[in-house]
Amino acid sequence: MPQIEIDGIPVEVEHGISIIEAADKLGIPIPRFCYHKKLSVAANCRMCLVQVEKFAKPLPACATPVSDGMKIFTRSKAAVEAQKSVMEFLLINHPLDCPICDQGGECDLQDLAVAYGSTKSRYTEEKRVVVNKNIGPLIATDMTRCIQCTRCVRFLKEVGGLMELGMINRTEHAEITAYIGKSVESELSGNIIDLCPVGALTSKPFRYSARGWELERRPAIAPHDGLGSHIEVHVKNGRVMRVVPREKESINECWLSDRDRFSYEGVNSPDRLTKPLLRRGDQWVETDWQSALEFAASRIKDTIARHGPDQIGMLISPHSTMEEGFLLKKIAKGIGCGNIDHRLRRSDYRLDGNFQGTPWLGCNLTDINQLDRILLIGSILRNEHPLLAHRFRCAVKYNEAELSLINPLGQDFLAPVAHKVITSPDGMVEMLLQVLKAVSTLERRLLCLCLPPALTRVMETVEVSETARAIAASLAGYGKTYDLISPRVGVFLGNLAQHHPRYAELYTLAEAIASLNGAVFGVLSETNNRVGLNLARAMPRRGALNARTMLEQPRKTYVLFNVEPEFDCHNGKMAADAMAAAECVIALTSYKSEALRDADVLLPIAPFTETSGTYTSMEGRVQSFAAANRPLGECRPGWKVLRVLGNLLGLEGFDYESSEQVKDEVFEGEAPSKVVWNRLNNNLRVLFDIEIRPPSMKLQRIGDIPLYQTDGTVRRAPSLQAAGKNCIGYVSMNGKDIQSAGLKPGTLVRVSQGGESVELPLRQDDRLASGCARVPLGPSTARLGDLFGEIRVEAIR
Amino acid sequence: MLSAEAIAQIDRELTKYPPEHRQSAVISALRIVQAEQGWLSQENITDVAEYLGIPPIRALEVATFYNMFELKPVGKYKITVCTNISCMLRDCASIVQHLEKRLGITFGETTPDGKFTLREGECMGCCGGAPLFHINNTDMYEFLTPEKVDEILEGLK
Ligand code: SF4
Ligand code: FES
Ligand code: FES
Repeated sequence: MPQIEIDGIPVEVEHGISIIEAADKLGIPIPRFCYHKKLSVAANCRMCLVQVEKFAKPLPACATPVSDGMKIFTRSKAAVEAQKSVMEFLLINHPLDCPICDQGGECDLQDLAVAYGSTKSRYTEEKRVVVNKNIGPLIATDMTRCIQCTRCVRFLKEVGGLMELGMINRTEHAEITAYIGKSVESELSGNIIDLCPVGALTSKPFRYSARGWELERRPAIAPHDGLGSHIEVHVKNGRVMRVVPREKESINECWLSDRDRFSYEGVNSPDRLTKPLLRRGDQWVETDWQSALEFAASRIKDTIARHGPDQIGMLISPHSTMEEGFLLKKIAKGIGCGNIDHRLRRSDYRLDGNFQGTPWLGCNLTDINQLDRILLIGSILRNEHPLLAHRFRCAVKYNEAELSLINPLGQDFLAPVAHKVITSPDGMVEMLLQVLKAVSTLERRLLCLCLPPALTRVMETVEVSETARAIAASLAGYGKTYDLISPRVGVFLGNLAQHHPRYAELYTLAEAIASLNGAVFGVLSETNNRVGLNLARAMPRRGALNARTMLEQPRKTYVLFNVEPEFDCHNGKMAADAMAAAECVIALTSYKSEALRDADVLLPIAPFTETSGTYTSMEGRVQSFAAANRPLGECRPGWKVLRVLGNLLGLEGFDYESSEQVKDEVFEGEAPSKVVWNRLNNNLRVLFDIEIRPPSMKLQRIGDIPLYQTDGTVRRAPSLQAAGKNCIGYVSMNGKDIQSAGLKPGTLVRVSQGGESVELPLRQDDRLASGCARVPLGPSTARLGDLFGEIRVEAIR
Repeated sequence: MLSAEAIAQIDRELTKYPPEHRQSAVISALRIVQAEQGWLSQENITDVAEYLGIPPIRALEVATFYNMFELKPVGKYKITVCTNISCMLRDCASIVQHLEKRLGITFGETTPDGKFTLREGECMGCCGGAPLFHINNTDMYEFLTPEKVDEILEGLK
């Protein structure tokens, strides 16, 4: 290892690292603009010049690798002089408009100018002006402030996966821009706000609303993606002003997806419910907590007395905290009701009772980067978990992983995909069966003996396609010449698979394929806390009704916990109908909502920024957080409301003083890590029977959940809605199907399902499986039927 | 849409690079399209990017970086005169003056009949032949005198 000396401090460093990395490790500051530890080295700002012994000229620390015996001076006269000159150059064309710049107070250029800049400018000529660009609803630009460091360009190319910004022209005419007329659409775009060392790229929703130093900074955990990203909530005068990432290398590195960055806007929405409301006829009247809760409790008791506890159904949002899920379950149990569920968008529950533990990612997030053969089933990963998609891309790019996808629709993965299968929902089951057969017949594999005879028998009936064979060969590592011993194979089920009507079969086949390959088998978390709510057992008791059957067999009374029935359930129409028919609907909710029109009482509960609680990420990381802000109006944290409700129902053991006490009970006094270790398990007790179905002649709906439709908070974030407006309110089919149905792309068509119909513009999408129509969830389509199921698309006469 | 001839030529360029580095042919591809169209419209740039499988902004970066690429329509004959040091010492000023007078335009302009565009160029690496200009990026004329310039222009239909 090379021995070097920086500013007189001798140190031994790794081979091949740059001077700036060595200095960073030692904590010796070297000024920089273009260098960023997560991006490639551009060495174009020259701010990091240092003096190196035996070199006549100063060298850029970010682009100079260390070598043995190097003597580096970061603060010598020559170094400082060089840095000062660079600073003078950078400021020549910079507008120095700090007083009206949002970056003021947290600007690298400002800070370094204080340290290295001169107090007087020698430049008297005209400064250049660069025209502003409109790159979308999330990022504001002031391109005259840009210093051409290209961090934004490199981020979008290297991490975002698609080069959406570039530097056009050259010399003093150089400027950063998106392609003519385009905006930046990456789901990770907000990160360039953090990366931009000056005020050229700033947050549009946050614009001109606060100064960095006025904000109170509170740590929190991201409420949407299933990674448990670390965030910091910035609050001013009791209002959340913005959310930024906290660095956590093993989870979100230093990034954050736009959904988790901008969803705070929903928390500030005018829809927020701030007082308990009671229904009087068709009016909502404000009331106090006591009467509202007493009303709720009496209606629950009344239902029990008249119809029995089985006539109550409880639905809880999969975004809720573990404490909330646990307490609601405890209430359900206390009143003798088994009908409680958080898996609202599932349609297939046939595996219930068959799990050995709580399904989870099957490995750590960082392990994803190390995989070299991956099969991802039923996932629009960039929408579901944008930062997880980044890890998969890393595996493909830096680890040459072979990625195979089996999906009913296509999304550009922004990285090379080795094998891609786009097939109907039924076709997905069959394709997996083919892959399983192909895997079990590969020469090296004599493991098919371990499969249950029923499965082996069904397998015999399918014919293995070329693609299935190729996927199997890829998983078995035939394309790899090295390292076949360590299990670096992963088989994962995405959100789409979990909403699939034959999830049980997909699961069984995926598990079988994984085990034959010695692969990691993982289930992505549909939301930030699906794993946590499973651990907290917010699920139906054995034999009781699940989220779907609770609606299929309407209950007399529903308790909704942050659920907007038609938006959050698998079958929006069924959910809306069940609510309309119910005698009583008790809704604990953060928002007033048209979807709660049939409720009888609305209890205002705190969104993620105003409550303490615990989430468990898909890799099983249990993370608790405190409230970042005090509750708005009379809003109360969900766990407190449930505690009082428990008391009012006369149940034992609802005397919690803090959410920590609830958490302790969730984990039964054990260390969370121990519980997680014992309970996370993806294996089934017995593999499920697979059925071969003839291809359906009826058009099948693919109801995906667009990036910014996942939950009530996101749906109320105006900037995200503006960014995602093209992803909702349409139906798409592939060209052939459109033609054979006699329809025309671009026209309005009638889409009907389950007795409801809407008119939607028809788009042609040739990356959609034939026999399918993609109708994403959205305001106009929420009241249609199953996310997956038969649907009709017809011309409007 | 790229023409069939342009695609054939680009394909030939592509054979010079490994198949996973189609991007390497971007300069040649832009040159080929410009030779055919006279200049590069936004559509041309998008088409080239699409054909090579690179983000359009990447092609735009290249097209805007090199000043031999024209992003606005130019005359049938684009005359680029070098005004760098060697040419300056060999009195390129008189050549420029003569061109301006004869064509009635200055650098960056096009004659009203759309025939000639005048451009100022940087050293073309042929200082030995100074003063000089080239026409449409390809035909170089050296040791210019006003008379010789007249002769050349006369020859251009
Ligand atoms: S916009 Fe910001 S990040 Fe992008 S090049 Fe300019 S200064 Fe750098
Ligand atoms: S940080 Fe080294 S050149 Fe920019
Ligand atoms: S200076 Fe004109 S060709 Fe070199």
